[in-house]
Amino acid sequence: MAKYITKRVLRSLITMFIIITILFALLRMMPIEGYFENFDKMSSTQIQVKLNALGLNDPLPKQLFNFYKQLLHVDLGESNVYRKGVAITEIIADKIPISMKMGLIAMVISLALGLPLGILMARSTRTRFKIGDKLGTVFIVLIEAMPSAVYHILIQFAGSQTFIGKTILGLPMLFDAANPKSYILPLISLSIGNVAYYAMWLRRYMVDEANKDYIRLARAKGVPGGKISRRHVFRNAFVPLVQYIPNSILFTLMGSLYVESLYSIPGMGGLLVTAIKRQDNTLVQALVLIYAVISILGLLFGDILMGIVDPRISFAKKEGSR
Amino acid sequence: MKHLGFHTLRDRATDALGDKLTEQLRSELNGETMTDEELFSFADFNAEEAERGGYSGYSYWRSSLRAFFQNKLAVFFLIVMVAVLAFTFIQPYLPGQKDPLLIHNDEWGLPLNNIPPCEEFWFGTNAIGQDLWARIWSGTRTSLFIGFAVALVEAVVGILIGVLWGYVRKLDFFFTELYNVLDNIPQTLLLILISYVLKPGVSTIIFALSLTGWLGMARFIRNQIIIIRDRDYNLASRCLGIPTRRIIVKNLLPYLVSVITMRMALAIPSAIGNEVFVTYIGIGLPVDTPSLGNLIQTGRSLMTVPVLRYQLYFPVAILVVITVSFYIIGNAFADAADPKNHVK
Repeated sequence: MAKYITKRVLRSLITMFIIITILFALLRMMPIEGYFENFDKMSSTQIQVKLNALGLNDPLPKQLFNFYKQLLHVDLGESNVYRKGVAITEIIADKIPISMKMGLIAMVISLALGLPLGILMARSTRTRFKIGDKLGTVFIVLIEAMPSAVYHILIQFAGSQTFIGKTILGLPMLFDAANPKSYILPLISLSIGNVAYYAMWLRRYMVDEANKDYIRLARAKGVPGGKISRRHVFRNAFVPLVQYIPNSILFTLMGSLYVESLYSIPGMGGLLVTAIKRQDNTLVQALVLIYAVISILGLLFGDILMGIVDPRISFAKKEGSR
Repeated sequence: MKHLGFHTLRDRATDALGDKLTEQLRSELNGETMTDEELFSFADFNAEEAERGGYSGYSYWRSSLRAFFQNKLAVFFLIVMVAVLAFTFIQPYLPGQKDPLLIHNDEWGLPLNNIPPCEEFWFGTNAIGQDLWARIWSGTRTSLFIGFAVALVEAVVGILIGVLWGYVRKLDFFFTELYNVLDNIPQTLLLILISYVLKPGVSTIIFALSLTGWLGMARFIRNQIIIIRDRDYNLASRCLGIPTRRIIVKNLLPYLVSVITMRMALAIPSAIGNEVFVTYIGIGLPVDTPSLGNLIQTGRSLMTVPVLRYQLYFPVAILVVITVSFYIIGNAFADAADPKNHVK
């Protein structure tokens, strides 16, 4: 196990290095306007002086080397447009807690709703008309099939513009940290996709599990149905889902690009969208790299946790296996 | 017995099957009452009977189609989708259609902007006086073109690389490492980055979406090929000296057609959704190229004004119909193509 983890961590580090290098090279192709606050008013000499000062005229390997040196000092450079001259690490430090808070609440909601929905649907497949299963499937298909960009808009629209949402509940259209009501719509948007996701997979795994022989034996022995589905079916069916949880926690760091900018929540996801819209190259670069690193870490944790939760997964390479 | 519902149902099915078999046997022996001696005597050898074998007239595609058409919901969405697709492509050739880019002015030369749906403009006009009906269908064409193009690239590149990856052992290491690196780059990020770096346009979006879209397909094909490539019938083909290309095309790919079709069907709505997302971030298609993303984005910015909401409703409705149809048809087809579901 320890050997597997070391190997997996080393691999991730190598992947991370390769990806940072690729992204860094790709980001050099960004339009140079993005390094200046008032590009149009500057003369070409001024522009060259600034580019030299930023080290952007150096050959790529040298830039990359300098960048890694900077990284070791936890320095991501300064923002050029968004908040001129402010260190990016400082900007991000303000944003992460907001994204994380929203993300974690949304995660709790999606687990609290998605898992019971999945269990209900799985149990309903054994009843005569399968009404619960059918209703749940309609919900899941709608959420899965519709592009998320569209249902986020619809949620914002239905919640803040229609008679029930606007007049009766008084839900505001945009986020406001001081107003608890303004949390409701973004939280629905953030969690609804995961509710469908958890319900769909839990249902599928539970239906598979319920057809296994040991469950049939338990039934034949007369173990009550509720106990079977809680103690045996659910526990075993939940294992494959466990690996998504640390990922989801980690990904709350980045926030949701779309939801955050839709409700103007001052978090990480909204920040990337703003940085792109306002063409702040250094900020885009820093955020893109952070995103890439977080997703690699997410995969790594998922794999390791999977091994701990399910002892049947063997890490020793079998002879002759390919 | 109550909580055994599922199993009693299942046993009932088994019983029904058993009864049916007995019934069938009885009807085959219809009326013939044989003595025990006759029943236990040797049968004569009949060359014709010996040739009969167990051929059941099973055809994979016929069974798949039959299973698909038994799914009423899928058939409904198939009809809806065919109707929408057909209309999208013949719409510009119908009489009385307007140019999606033409700005309509009244007799004093003022733009007819934000006119709610009426007889002249079926879906109304937008903020600068363009006909929304024409724009929506033109936008649907753009979005569908993006979707089909991305799905096609995904299929071609994915199958090609997947087959090589799975069948040629020497390439396995290289492709596995390549996959590990590329798969770690979040697709949204790449999409954003490419659209940011390159000039916005239809080709940029197709390029950005195709860049990583093939990964899932390639890995899937690779795994399937590894599972079936050393099956006996493939070994037999190899022993008979059949060239690799023919083995791949004739033995391996037909096995995967159903899943490839399903993945393509699902790639289309996801590409359309991504286009909406990129347009929202502001790095999507330019405004003079109508697309569902553009139209929804415009509609979204107007949703606080109740009288202008028709500009949001119409494009969203079309987009939802298209994506949900593709999703349901894709999944229903995958179910129907699974031979396990052919036996009833």
